[in-house]
Amino acid sequence: MKVTIDGRITEVPKGTTILQAAKLLDIKIPTLCYHPLIKPFAACRVCVVETKTRWGDELVPSCQTACRDGMVVNTSNEHVLKARRFILEMMLARWPNVPILRKYAEEAGLKTPRFTSALKDERPDACILCGLCVRACDEVVGASAISFADRGIQRHVSTPFNLESEECIACGACAMVCPTSHIKFEVEDYKGKTPEFLLGPNTAIYVPTLQSVPRVPVIDAESCIHFKTEGCQKCVEACEPHAINHEMKDEEIELEVGQVLIATGFDAFDPTPMAQYGYGRLDNIYTGLDVERMLNATGPTGGKILLKNGQAPRAVGILHCIGSRDENHHRYCSRVCCMFALKFSHLIKERTQGEVYNFYIDMRAFGKGYEEFYSRVLHEGANVIRGKVAEVVQAGWSKRDEGTLLIRCEDTLIGRFREIPVDMVVLCNAIEPRRDAEQVGRLFGLSRSPDGFFLERHPKLDPVATTTDGLFVAGCAQGPKDIPDSVAQASAAAARMLATIAKGAVEIDPVRAEIDELYCSGCRICNALCPYKAIDYIEDKNVSRVNMPLCKGCGTCVAACPAGAITGSGFTDKQVYAELEGVLSV
Amino acid sequence: MKTNSKKFEPRIVGFLCNWCSYTGADLAGTSRMKSAPNLRIIRLMCSGRVDPSFILRAFQLGADGVLVLGCHPGDCHYQEGNFKALRRVLLLKRILREFGVDERRLRLEWVSAAEGEKFAKVSSEFTEEVRALGPLHLETGVLTQFQGEELPTQEVAA
Repeated sequence: MKVTIDGRITEVPKGTTILQAAKLLDIKIPTLCYHPLIKPFAACRVCVVETKTRWGDELVPSCQTACRDGMVVNTSNEHVLKARRFILEMMLARWPNVPILRKYAEEAGLKTPRFTSALKDERPDACILCGLCVRACDEVVGASAISFADRGIQRHVSTPFNLESEECIACGACAMVCPTSHIKFEVEDYKGKTPEFLLGPNTAIYVPTLQSVPRVPVIDAESCIHFKTEGCQKCVEACEPHAINHEMKDEEIELEVGQVLIATGFDAFDPTPMAQYGYGRLDNIYTGLDVERMLNATGPTGGKILLKNGQAPRAVGILHCIGSRDENHHRYCSRVCCMFALKFSHLIKERTQGEVYNFYIDMRAFGKGYEEFYSRVLHEGANVIRGKVAEVVQAGWSKRDEGTLLIRCEDTLIGRFREIPVDMVVLCNAIEPRRDAEQVGRLFGLSRSPDGFFLERHPKLDPVATTTDGLFVAGCAQGPKDIPDSVAQASAAAARMLATIAKGAVEIDPVRAEIDELYCSGCRICNALCPYKAIDYIEDKNVSRVNMPLCKGCGTCVAACPAGAITGSGFTDKQVYAELEGVLSV
Repeated sequence: MKTNSKKFEPRIVGFLCNWCSYTGADLAGTSRMKSAPNLRIIRLMCSGRVDPSFILRAFQLGADGVLVLGCHPGDCHYQEGNFKALRRVLLLKRILREFGVDERRLRLEWVSAAEGEKFAKVSSEFTEEVRALGPLHLETGVLTQFQGEELPTQEVAA
């Protein structure tokens, strides 16, 4: 269908409204009660345009009028502007200070409105009764929690009986579509955390992190409107390749593999039980990961270091070794904390110009370029105090110091007790084994070292393999390590696995059990003992036989055979007796 | 310091499973932990491989004590070999009593690959315990009657 809008001709499919056609031509028509995701309502009439018909020029709302073939439309001649001015004049009489009305009035050439209303609402965020919120809640969300109440000049938008509505799912769709910001969406405050940390992603569909692989958006089922009301699905409409499917379910996929790399990572130590540091109890106390999030340019504060009140901190205390190198928690060193603490010192100093205090036990800058970075941070003026912090308390007896924190510690280098006021405290919490490490270990038959991380085959000579063939470990699953070390270990493990694949054959230990059928009496004691069911009983011969590929060579059957018919290669009775004679000969 | 050549040094044989206890003993060594030097370790793939005749032969050959070390219950590399070791050791203790051998000379312990410290502690403690029991003189005992390749344990018990 051909339509002419303001003298320009375009081709549009059937059913296109004049407003949509104008948009294709980049012709702007003002709208108030229109939203592309919601059905047209034509209540405000601001989008009025002129169409030429046989019986003269007709004014129609462009949001609701479909194009006809050969239609000629005029969006901004004097006829249209006069009508639009009058409409806006009437609205401004009642809501004189709403910015969007004033903007449209100015565009239409309206200087001062002639009328005034007894119901004048002078708030700039007054409700102009466009009904977008009502329709969004009904059509998009499907909750129908708000509606128009009363009639005529009493008309207003409200929940049933103006009470808190159970139907409202707090999705915020009404606040989003409101052209005057009359509806506001407020997030409840939460102690110790900025609301940004709590909010998480501010839409239900988002890309988890910019580095995620594959980099595709995910739908958060807990905040997605569709899973609450079965409505919405606007993303499905908007997605051109039709890639969104709300029906997808979590599924378990069984894969048959020959080798497994255990790289299950770590958990960050939760400093809440260390009450002396006030995490979760006092404001402006953060863990390393919280601060990392804050420092991120795509994070909640856009990379700014901010206190809960929105100001930059004047001084920040960074506490090393929280939960690590601590007899009460983990005895090991987490290895990464010193360096990320120094990184924080550098970035916080750069971004806030405030004082930074590091409280450390020993500074461990062991990697390539690390020591150089340490001295650079020192030259930048970061304070380092050798001593473990005793406690962090709320200071602020005077108005000026309100909200300040006081760090109490012993400075072991000058041998004195110190109290240092800061605005923010960063706890460098330890790396600890994942809480399901025990189950994973059981599942794969992996041993764990006393600290709870998975045990490698040999600490020096084989740090990527485990005692089970085909099982490898990498990264923090094996022990605390930084990114370069994790990458090195993971690459080594991958290379080891590839080497086996390239070889095409697996070498198995020659330690196997063998039954001498001449001596076997067919008592079948061994059949029941074998944990791998590797011993078959051959009925017609009345003997048992070892199924070689299944046998793992534990020797349980060898020890149990009353006839001595089973030999365990590598560990035969004769060999063990000889060994005994040897060790007891001296 | 003058060493007392008269002091009794017990001879102890340890049967260690390859996956947990032997690795644990290795850890004790690489961690430079001190433990009694009396233990003579024999590595087996699993504590389930410990044939009771090994233990008897050890006593016969002059051991004063035998230590069997395996993985903790549920951690066995071969799923349940350590339980079989437990069954056999408990039974063998009864038989040892009938031989006139103090059952404290045989001990079964669970030592994981991470427990170097426990290995050092167990081996030292056991050495001291056997030292207190004194030497085991089997030269005059019943076990010396059987010098053959196989030890018919059931007949001995009867």
